[in-house]
Amino acid sequence: MLRRRFRRLAAAAAVAVVGLGALTACGDGGDDESTSGPVKLRFLSLAWQKESLQANKDLVAKWNAEHPDIQVEYVQGDWNSIHDQLVTSFEGGDAPDIVHYEASAIGEFSKQGYLADLSGLVSGDLKGQIDQGVWDTVTYDGKVTGVPFLLESQVVVANKKLLDAAGVAVPPADGGWTWDEFQANAQKLTKPGQYGVAWALKSPTNRVLNLALNFDGKFFYTDGGRTEVKVGDPEKEVPRRIHDMIYTTKSASPEALGMSGADTLPGFFGGKYAMLPGSVSLRQQMVEQAPAGFEWVTLPPVKGLSSKQAANPQTLSIAEDSKSKKQAAQFLEYFLNPANMAALAKGDWLVPTGRQANEELVKLTGGKQGWDVAADSAADLTVAPFQLADGYPEWKTKYATPALQQYFANKITLDQLGTQLVDGGKQVLR
Amino acid sequence: MIGRPSRTGRTLQYVVLAGYLIFLGFPLVWLVSTAFKPPRELVQLHPTLVPSNPTVQNFVQAFTEQELGRAALNSLQVSLASAVLTVLVALPASYALARFRSKLGTVALGWVLLSQLFPFVLLIIPIFLVLRQVGLANTHAGLVVIYVVWALPFALWMLQGFVRNIPRELEEAASVDGASRLQVLRRVVFPLLAPGVVATALFSFISAWNEFFFALVLVKTPELATLPVALARFVGIEGTARLGPLAAGSLLATLPSLIFFAFMQRRLSSGSLAGAVKG
Repeated sequence: MLRRRFRRLAAAAAVAVVGLGALTACGDGGDDESTSGPVKLRFLSLAWQKESLQANKDLVAKWNAEHPDIQVEYVQGDWNSIHDQLVTSFEGGDAPDIVHYEASAIGEFSKQGYLADLSGLVSGDLKGQIDQGVWDTVTYDGKVTGVPFLLESQVVVANKKLLDAAGVAVPPADGGWTWDEFQANAQKLTKPGQYGVAWALKSPTNRVLNLALNFDGKFFYTDGGRTEVKVGDPEKEVPRRIHDMIYTTKSASPEALGMSGADTLPGFFGGKYAMLPGSVSLRQQMVEQAPAGFEWVTLPPVKGLSSKQAANPQTLSIAEDSKSKKQAAQFLEYFLNPANMAALAKGDWLVPTGRQANEELVKLTGGKQGWDVAADSAADLTVAPFQLADGYPEWKTKYATPALQQYFANKITLDQLGTQLVDGGKQVLR
Repeated sequence: MIGRPSRTGRTLQYVVLAGYLIFLGFPLVWLVSTAFKPPRELVQLHPTLVPSNPTVQNFVQAFTEQELGRAALNSLQVSLASAVLTVLVALPASYALARFRSKLGTVALGWVLLSQLFPFVLLIIPIFLVLRQVGLANTHAGLVVIYVVWALPFALWMLQGFVRNIPRELEEAASVDGASRLQVLRRVVFPLLAPGVVATALFSFISAWNEFFFALVLVKTPELATLPVALARFVGIEGTARLGPLAAGSLLATLPSLIFFAFMQRRLSSGSLAGAVKG
């Protein structure tokens, strides 16, 4: 009995040692560059929705079939851990050739020299397709370190039946409500057991700073090379209006404050909230998850002094360490041609940055399911000062988010919010 | 002298125990429920425990899109190898630490535990560079080496506690009866250590099975991805997630641990030493 146990233990040990030897064979064991054969590019993609994933994989497969001399390996990353993954890859000298990320996050890598300057690598045709305001979001110290390809605008998704019942007319795609009209309509849509709006403010900073541009609220001001946070009347306008809706007119649900966009969906589908201000990509959940017979409609972005919003496009960059930058740029040109960019945007329910891609997409979808509104909203998206500010991520996490959460929870006043934001800026801005 | 609990007392005991079981088991039950719900049932204002229209679509999606089967196999390989190797290294070391007391041993054990305080992020880049130098970057073997090193301190600490619980008198008695050192280990120590070995193996297996960060950073080839890395791909921007496939995949991820525990829990009972020594 005991001998048998001992033999088993010995056998397990042998298996482990042999197994480890076998495991060593699992993998490429290094990073030797082959000098012959096709050029191999590694593409780290962050596509995660079913349709978008399929669109990405299809395009890569098509490219590989058409370009046997340049083979692209598709690697799927995830949004939550991409930053750590990239930091390690860049530091360890093992970065993917092509990186999918977003404009506000690549600045740090650009400044550290990890991303290639694409100015001379992408064609004038591709450059011309995208507005300068959007290119500005990926330009750091004169270097263009990413190609912006998908935009996310803030729109309003509404329950059509509740709008009709309250006598609220749906505005045309190219003429959204003003903030005053939006607030008045939210009030009309509020009754016992039903709120006009659910502001999902679990992560309030980006949304407030994006919408602040409606009233020319910049938050970040640079003078003589020094950047500081200022909170004046333009910056206070959007938080004040949201706060008023929650506590003064009570047309916005207080329980949505701690929710993410997706958390508000059960209440929206259940008729508890009539309107959801949120990302244009919310439409995807509408199509996939709305109950049978539920009628929803996409309302254009709300207007203040303008409809301007901060553009934080998703980007494709090439690693500075890549040995095949030219081939990687070739792939980007193909991957982001108008038809392909339209397919990628459709898969993610976002707005393509390319003008022609945008037109293709409206044609492709017939402007239904809010694609007309999405396409029109692209014109209002531009670079915001906070996107180019060093230390913005730290300011956002340490100071802005907690302060805004306290303000929206009615724990501090608007002036106290301003003071906290300014003081936070002094702590982190360089 | 303590009397037997009354019938009421016993009933109360069972009620509390049942409540505790429900408290512990509910997340798992909810996970099962979510895994079988179609998309529309995942966002109901009043969710139900039992899906109205159960579907296996989430499993199909999880397996086809992310090749969870292969990822699970990768995780299983890496976790089993890590568990076995951790035990193999920790067993003799823990015996030596427990039986041959010295200042050096105490210092070594202290250092081993202290090494647990270093955060992952601090170590990941040097580890990556070292693994690349020795040709183990982007391999399961490299991952196993890291997991073994990571699990060893706690495994050592745990096992030497088990060794200390075995009375020396048993070993001495066997020696007096003419058993050699090796026979004493084989016939007395190892059998009595079985619960400790099982517990250590379980700990090593589960910590490797659940580990995400090293697996994400050290393994680049999609075909070599482990289960936690594959599951993370169902999560999107700012906490949004594809709940159905994620729940289906997570359910799969919990099964090996459950099965492992179900089979091994008997071995974890450490009552085998009761009455071994008089006095």
